[in-house]
Amino acid sequence: MVEQIVQHAMEVHGEAWTIKELFVLPNEYIYWSIQIVMYPFMTGLVAGAFVLSSLYHVFGVEKLKEIARFSLVFSFALLPVAMMPLLLHLQQPFRGINVMMTPHFTSAIAAFGFVFSTYGCIVATELWLVYRKHFVVTALELKAQKNRGMVDSLRLMIFTGLTLGAWDISHEAIEKDHKACKIMAAIGIPVACFLHGYAGFIFGSVKANALWMTPLMPVIFICSAVVSGVALCILCYVIVQEFRKIMAKRKISRWAKDADAPTVEELEGAKHMEVMMASNYLLYFMIAALTLEILDLIFRGYTQVKSWDILREVIMERDFFKIFILQYAIGNVLPFLMMALPGRTVRRTTIATVLVLFGVFMMRYNVVIGGQAFSLSFAGFMDYHLPIIPHNLETYKEGLFGALTVAATPFVLFYFINKFLPAFLKEESTH
Amino acid sequence: MKSHVWRPLYVVIAFIVGILVFRFFYVPNDFGSGKRGFMYSYHRKSNEAEWKKQPAKYGVTGKERMHEYCSACHSAVVKVRNEKYHGVIPCEDCHGPALNHPEAPEKLGIDRSRELCLRCHTSLPYTTSERKRIPGIDPKTHNAGEQCVLCHNPHNPRLEDMK
Amino acid sequence: MERRDFLKKCVMVVVGASVPLSALTFVDPKKVLAANPDIQWAFLVDTNKCVGCGFCVKACKVENDIPLDANVTRTWVERYVYTKDDRRYVDSPKGALNGYTESRIDLGKGEFKEIDPKNVGKAFFVPKLCNHCSTPPCTQVCPVGATYKTDDGVVLVDRSWCIGCGYCIMACPYAARFFHPVLHVADKCTFCYHRLSKGLDSACVNACPFGARRMGNIHDINDPITQIIMNERVGVLKDEFGTKPQAFYIGLAQEVR
Repeated sequence: MVEQIVQHAMEVHGEAWTIKELFVLPNEYIYWSIQIVMYPFMTGLVAGAFVLSSLYHVFGVEKLKEIARFSLVFSFALLPVAMMPLLLHLQQPFRGINVMMTPHFTSAIAAFGFVFSTYGCIVATELWLVYRKHFVVTALELKAQKNRGMVDSLRLMIFTGLTLGAWDISHEAIEKDHKACKIMAAIGIPVACFLHGYAGFIFGSVKANALWMTPLMPVIFICSAVVSGVALCILCYVIVQEFRKIMAKRKISRWAKDADAPTVEELEGAKHMEVMMASNYLLYFMIAALTLEILDLIFRGYTQVKSWDILREVIMERDFFKIFILQYAIGNVLPFLMMALPGRTVRRTTIATVLVLFGVFMMRYNVVIGGQAFSLSFAGFMDYHLPIIPHNLETYKEGLFGALTVAATPFVLFYFINKFLPAFLKEESTH
Repeated sequence: MKSHVWRPLYVVIAFIVGILVFRFFYVPNDFGSGKRGFMYSYHRKSNEAEWKKQPAKYGVTGKERMHEYCSACHSAVVKVRNEKYHGVIPCEDCHGPALNHPEAPEKLGIDRSRELCLRCHTSLPYTTSERKRIPGIDPKTHNAGEQCVLCHNPHNPRLEDMK
Repeated sequence: MERRDFLKKCVMVVVGASVPLSALTFVDPKKVLAANPDIQWAFLVDTNKCVGCGFCVKACKVENDIPLDANVTRTWVERYVYTKDDRRYVDSPKGALNGYTESRIDLGKGEFKEIDPKNVGKAFFVPKLCNHCSTPPCTQVCPVGATYKTDDGVVLVDRSWCIGCGYCIMACPYAARFFHPVLHVADKCTFCYHRLSKGLDSACVNACPFGARRMGNIHDINDPITQIIMNERVGVLKDEFGTKPQAFYIGLAQEVR
């Protein structure tokens, strides 16, 4: 069936992955597909990662110190990726700049450019404040070197630029950084929540869509954003610490050869403490997110407005497996029990975070795709078939590989950013 | 403002100024709101003229005016039509858009296909619809595959007038 | 304060308060403008007259350069068939580009349903198009100002400014919008704005042999369609969305959404 449609002479956007059933209006397709599932998922990770780092910077939760710095850098790596799915999904990606040029502020999307840039500036500033000492120290070290190769000269230039001409690393100056950083993190929390809350608003304010339209949507999105962000940070933190353990054991990396490099035991101890602490916060936010989602569902079922007949068929029958088994059972209840039951270990928590990430992704999927699974006529259904093998640019962008590209990018970026903003610095170089 | 912690702010300000300068050259200067206010009519004003400029393909409008226009050359055919029957159908529905006919194109492509007639004359059992007033046939049994115009005069399909 | 001063002030307050409130209200330029007999285009569909020939759909696609074989359309015709055992069937194969030449109902997924002619209760056709709402949600949500309502009431898309995000398509409760298969920007009915400005009827109105589609200036009290909208019972589609549609329908049924 799908293949037949693809070979059609004049393919319309959405036709390649939409299968219509019963009465669907002629212009209706699943216009917002996998990239729009990725978009709130990725922004959610950004916002969540930032909130986790702020817990340390603002509220001084000392136990989160190490994971906080890591999640700040990671949130910076995720930042460009929050924009990527949007650009990939645009039919005219080269005109994307218009959103900044002629913003139409009655549209929820118009705020994107500004909230996103503001947020980017805040994260960058906070990073600069945290890493300024590191920049200065590294630049001075490089300057002191007698014979600099090409690479070191380039590094010197970059680090000198990164200091922005602020070379003072006296105790008072660093204290000032510390204070400013706290303020930036405090401003950052509402902005991060806004960045993601308004992503929920984009969906919640579409009055034409019976499933999306609910004032709870922004709040649900914020809660699940924090859940996914914290989960990803724990997961990545554990993975990176495992690598560092291996490296520390075999002394294969440059830092591992240093005299004051952390030992395997130190790493293991730090990991255990951080993960336990962060997973407590994960649990709190999971309860909030789940409560709101269930409330929304109960309310729809109880009030039974005009759209309920078709929504019930979508939620309870057609998407039952995706919503109740994949999203709620495997993505919410199971990891919740894994973390809440006594005798929690790092390994159990790590597996739980993977499930949580999957659950949040399925929630985004069920909202975005599920909202387009029924016709505006309330008399027909649309089935989404994710394009796997791309036939052309569009089926790549809006297919499995497009989504994987988006999912892989933050890790690639993190690798490069980590070269300049090392997420695991020893105490002396940062505050 | 002496403190070094303000330096990122200068970078941000430089960025904003850069964007504003770019915007000045990028955005057409007729961008603005119309009578409906910012919410419903924020747009590039010259776009309205662009839409108005599009060429029309179908010719004069209204049955009378169209028949008047067409009968300048095709008066014999126009006279044959019967208001009760196919006289209600605009000429261009079957003959295609006039464009700049008779200059360009000199000849219009006529749709003589069976499918064209079947749009109205397929028998559908819808007694409450206006469709019931139109004589209908079963396309599968009524001279299947033949062009209708072989027997019926499309300009006046009344069988009595055909002879 | 002396008694005389006090009385004086009292009188002033009473006199001041008795100035009619209406004299102090500001004149709203928008209201004045709306009262003027300027042009406000509106559409009138008489579903009783439609036979489902689909000439309107074809004419629209030809006039506005929407590829004929593309499965999107600016205007379309729906078929509603009710059986005597209270089942409802609706379809619109290819938006009725080629009319309804078969009695079986298209159920999608390549399946069809033949209904026993004896079992058919009421059946009718409903032409649909953009409603050119007074408060269009599509223009409200455009992030870049690429779609807008003109002063004479037509909702247009700026094809050189649209970024193709699809938010307007999502926001339209009538599914009147789609992505143009060649230009890759949002596209929709323009009421044939280019024809209106040349004094012509829109292509669909022009092509309809039965007068099921009509257009007029709803701000002109003498316009025939204004007269019908004022004097007869007309309805609009999905008014619960508060979009204030400007396409009016004669002979709507509850199931027509």
